[in-house]
Formats: sequence, C-alpha cells, structure tokens
Amino acid sequence: MFGANLKKMILRPRLEDIKVIGYYLGKIIIALGLIMAVPILFGLTQAEISPVLDFFIGMEITLIIGLILTKACATEKDLNWMQGMIVVSLSWLVATALGAIPLYLSGHWNSYLDACFDAMSGFATTGLALVQDLDHLSLTHNLWRHLIMFIGGQGIVIVALSFFVKGASGAFKMYVGEARDERILPNVIHTSRFIWLVSIVYLILGTVALGIIGISLGMKPFNALFHGACIFMAAFDTGGFAPQSQNILYYHSLAFEIVTIVIMILGSLNFKLHYCLWTGKRREIFKNIETRTLFITILITFFITALGLTQINIYPRAITLFRKGFYQLISGHSGTGFQTIYAIQFNNEWSHLAMVGVICAMALGGAVCSTTGAIKMLRIGIIFKALIEDVKKIILPERAVIIQKFHHIKGIFLEDKQVRSALLITLAYLILYGLGSCVGMFFGYPFLNALFESTSAAANVGLSCGVTAASMPAALKYTYIIQMWAGRLEFMSIFTLIGFFIAAIKGK
Amino acid sequence: MRTFVYFVICVLSVSVFHNAFAQPLTSAELISRAAQYDGKVVVYEGEIIGDLMVRQEYAWLNINDGSNAIGIWVGKNKVQDIIYTGSYKSKGDLLEITGIFHRACSEHGGDLDIHAQAIKKIAVGKVAIEQLNLGKRNLALSLLGGLCLVLILQLFKKPLKKK
Repeated sequence: MFGANLKKMILRPRLEDIKVIGYYLGKIIIALGLIMAVPILFGLTQAEISPVLDFFIGMEITLIIGLILTKACATEKDLNWMQGMIVVSLSWLVATALGAIPLYLSGHWNSYLDACFDAMSGFATTGLALVQDLDHLSLTHNLWRHLIMFIGGQGIVIVALSFFVKGASGAFKMYVGEARDERILPNVIHTSRFIWLVSIVYLILGTVALGIIGISLGMKPFNALFHGACIFMAAFDTGGFAPQSQNILYYHSLAFEIVTIVIMILGSLNFKLHYCLWTGKRREIFKNIETRTLFITILITFFITALGLTQINIYPRAITLFRKGFYQLISGHSGTGFQTIYAIQFNNEWSHLAMVGVICAMALGGAVCSTTGAIKMLRIGIIFKALIEDVKKIILPERAVIIQKFHHIKGIFLEDKQVRSALLITLAYLILYGLGSCVGMFFGYPFLNALFESTSAAANVGLSCGVTAASMPAALKYTYIIQMWAGRLEFMSIFTLIGFFIAAIKGK
Repeated sequence: MRTFVYFVICVLSVSVFHNAFAQPLTSAELISRAAQYDGKVVVYEGEIIGDLMVRQEYAWLNINDGSNAIGIWVGKNKVQDIIYTGSYKSKGDLLEITGIFHRACSEHGGDLDIHAQAIKKIAVGKVAIEQLNLGKRNLALSLLGGLCLVLILQLFKKPLKKK
C-alpha cells in the first residue's frame, strides 16, 4: 500500500529538467576545456610538442561536447535543488572521463580505465595512482595531474561558479552538492572567489618556500620551483600526487617534510577558519570544535601508531619515529596521502596495530568545508558532544536541564537534527569503507590490506599498502573510482542522481 | 688441526655469504625482503632519474631499475662523471651501485637507502628525441575543424524568450 502510494508520488523527470541539467553541465565542461589551456601554454614553453598535442585533442573534445550541450539545452531557468545535485554528481564523472583523455594519450597509462582512475583520484584529491614510468612523464602531463587536484580540491563546480554562473540561487545548490554547505561570505559566488583567493595566495607562498628548500637540497632552480608548485597543489588540496615515483621520499629531506606537514594541516582546516585568521580573529583557532577535535584525534591515532611501531622497534630513534610514523599519520589524517615509505613497507615492516592507527586517522579526516575527505572533525566533535550530553542525562537528576554547546565560528546549541545528520554521514562513510573492504577481500587481499586501501580510497587519502597497482582487477578499480567519487561528494548528490534514474524509470 | 678446519669453514662461509649479494638485486627484492638485506653489502643497478642532489661532501641519487627508485647516498667525488639523469627529455646514465643497504637508515630519518661504496657506469644515457605522432596530429586537426563548425553554429543561436 505504502509502496504503491510512493510510486504514485514519484514524478518522471520532465524534458525541462534534462535541459537545465544539460545546460549547466555543458558550462562546467566548457570551463574544464578552457583550463586545459594551462598545460598547453606550459608545454609550449617547455617545447614538449607531443604532450601539447595530447592536451589540444583533449581540449577540443571537451569544448565540442560542452558547446553542443549548452546549445542543445539552452535555457535561462535557474537550477532547483534536484537539478543542482545532479549537475554536481554528473560533472565529476564527466570531468573524470574528459580529464583522462590527455593522460591516456601520453601512453603512460596501460588502459583508458587506468587513466580514468588517476583522473578521478586527482579530481577527488585522493592520490592513488596507476601511472607507469612516472619518472619519465612529461612536465606538461605532470602539471595536469597536480592541477586537477587543485581544481578538484576547491571543487570543479566552484571553478564554474566563480567565473561562469550568474544566478546566485542555482549556484548555491551546486555549491552544497559539492559537499560545501558552509557559506563564508553572504554570497556563494563571493565565497567561491574567496576560496580561490586563499588558495592562490598560499600557492605562491608555498611554491616559493618549497622551491627555496628544493634549491638548497641541490635541485636545479627550475625543477625546484616546478616540484614546489606541484607538491604545494597536492599538499594544500590534500591530494597526494607527486612528480616522482618515490613521492616525498625522493627529496630525502627533513625540512621538506616539515613544510609539507604545515601545508597539509593548512589544507585540512575549514576555509571559514582561514577567513577568521585572515580577518584577524586568531583566537578562533583555539576555540573551534574542529581544531580541538583534530588535535585530540591526531594525539590518539599517533599514540596507537607509535605504540605499534615501538612494538617491533623498527624506528628506535625519536627523529625516525617522527619522520616515518608521524609523517604517514598526518598525511593520512589530513587526507593527503604523501608517503616517505614504500607502499609494501606498510605491509612488511609495520605492525598491524600501527596500520590500524593510520586507518583510523584516514577514516576521520580533516575539517568540513576544507579540501579533505572522510567523516570530518565537525561531525566527530558533534557526536562526542552528544555522547557527553547523554551520559550527563543518565548521571544528573531527571529534572536537570542539560544544554550542550559547541563553538564553530560562533557559539551553537547542540540540536538533535545536527547529531542525526552527523551520525547518518558517519554511518554512510563506515558502510562505504566496509563495502570496499569486502570487494578487496573478494579478490583475495587480506582483511587489513583491503580495509586500508578501501578507507584510503573512500576517504580520499591516497596512502597505499600495495593493493593499488595497474595489475589489480578491473572490478576493484571501478570500486575505488566509485568510492573516491562518493567520498568526495559526501553522498547526497549521488543519492539524488540514483533517485533521478529511478524516477526516470518508475515515475509517472 | 681442528682450529685450522674451523678457520677454513669460516672463511668459506663468509666468502659464500658475501658472494650471495654479488649479483645485482632488484628494487622489488630489496624492498620486499628489506630485513634480510639490512646492513649487508648489496649490488643494485638502474637508471639515475631526476636531480642529482649534492649536499656538502655527499650527494643523493635516485636509481630506478624499472620497478621502483631507491635513494643512494654517495660521496660527491664519485658522481662527477654522471652526464645524463632520466626525465621526459633524457634517458639517464645506467649505474651499478655497490654499497650497504639500510632498511630504515638511522642517519637519514629512517629512509630505505643504500650508502654507496662504489659506483660503476654501465651505459651512458642519451637525449630522448621526441617524435611527432602523425595520427595524433591528424586527429587534432580534424577535431579543430569540428570545433570551428560548432562555434559557427553558436553564432546562429536564437535569443531565448524570457518567461
């Protein structure tokens, strides 16, 4: 009876819905095509003709598709909630398919699926990679790998919002769909532009800092600056790609590791918190529930990891424990995925307890409205506050009125709907981690390895214990691509897309 | 006599043990069985990639054998005849490294590395000559034609009626 009523309520999408979705999707595709001009111009300065041709082909295909979509679906209607969510979820898939074209044409990926895997990994700021012979990849392709992290970290849609979308109402729906439900400034387009301003200023500072360190480490000045820019984009956007196959181990430098730790932590902070810091409200960093929770969870997960590493005494000195244990932990917690050890060393050299510490850190993530993935600190903080409230209710007399507050930019009273929302998203992430682990185990990987890699993919981290390889089964590659997509968008827009397809089939 | 026999056995075992790693090892073997080779003299060969990073009296090289790259810590006087390092534009010199393998080097913050005692150049690298792929060029030109056509069609876009 209820099912029949529900079926009557579902409305099949109208042609107008599809036109609006197609029009805005087309705009986002055009924006992506225009961004491909950056590697083309850079490639020309480096006289890398073949890579430039790869991007030229990619750009042409992207622009043709984008222009045809905007022409065929031309409309002046603004987006409604459903349409906004669908535009976002589709735009990430389309960007992956189109962004993978120049990668595949380079010949450094075994198949188009592998190129799509790396493109999704880049856009979703994950960092898992299937690229072959990375050490001989052109600078142009390397720039693109890192640029898509930078774009994905801010949000593909934010790019379009900042420069191509006029209507603020539709813009806000897409902004929310991209797992950014906090407005820093009253206008969402101004918010997008502020996010870009913060990122560009940090990009310049970070590139210069890493470039100077690179030169002092003995790198050629151009290489040092190029690596500086790439590493900054990967660190601030908590991505995890690096220009060389050894990742951060390539640099053999404590100074480089410390600077990347600072950038990773900056990247895992809420953009609203950055705004407070920029406007002189520095005390916010000490009061905010997210930074407090982040500090506590880092301490707890590092304690577990250090305990595991001390068990086997692989890093007996404090400095080595810091450079290996703490570095991988911060990299995992911030969702970056930089490594200073080889993937297989997690498996062979680290104890299970140490791996569990890193898995927990990866599963928790950074702040909301940042470039990190995973459950996120605000939700963990809220759940913890709710737990305290419930314990107080049991301990204190029944008549006592218990009010729980938390500080997130301003003082907020804890409400049931916040707790329910935090718990639902947390549950969705836990299911996503679990499902990926089951698929990994189905293909014969041990439980801990399957859980490690699944959590890394779904939480958009990028640390690997050796499961991710070009030789892994195609079904597992698809699983991780879906996990990266769902984890980055925080489910809502993906659920809407699934609902849209169901409505198209079953609706009236 | 018994002491002499023990001495001969010892010498033979040390020599066999030493020779066990005289053949070049792959990066996969070194990384996956790091505990076994820790502190031992190993031979490893591969292409030098990226930057040759001189640090005061020493230098860091990264040597890739096709599977992974491993960091090599070496006195800077031993790297003077390296000409090419691997990148998109060049194939790096092929080197044979003999040195002490560290699973988690205490001197270098726990890095898995090799402290080189000797470096031998096996082959000189070369500049990679980029060849234009004609198929790609033709595809790019065809797509350019298609893009121009779509852009021309855009010019004939009807103005939308505001509802």
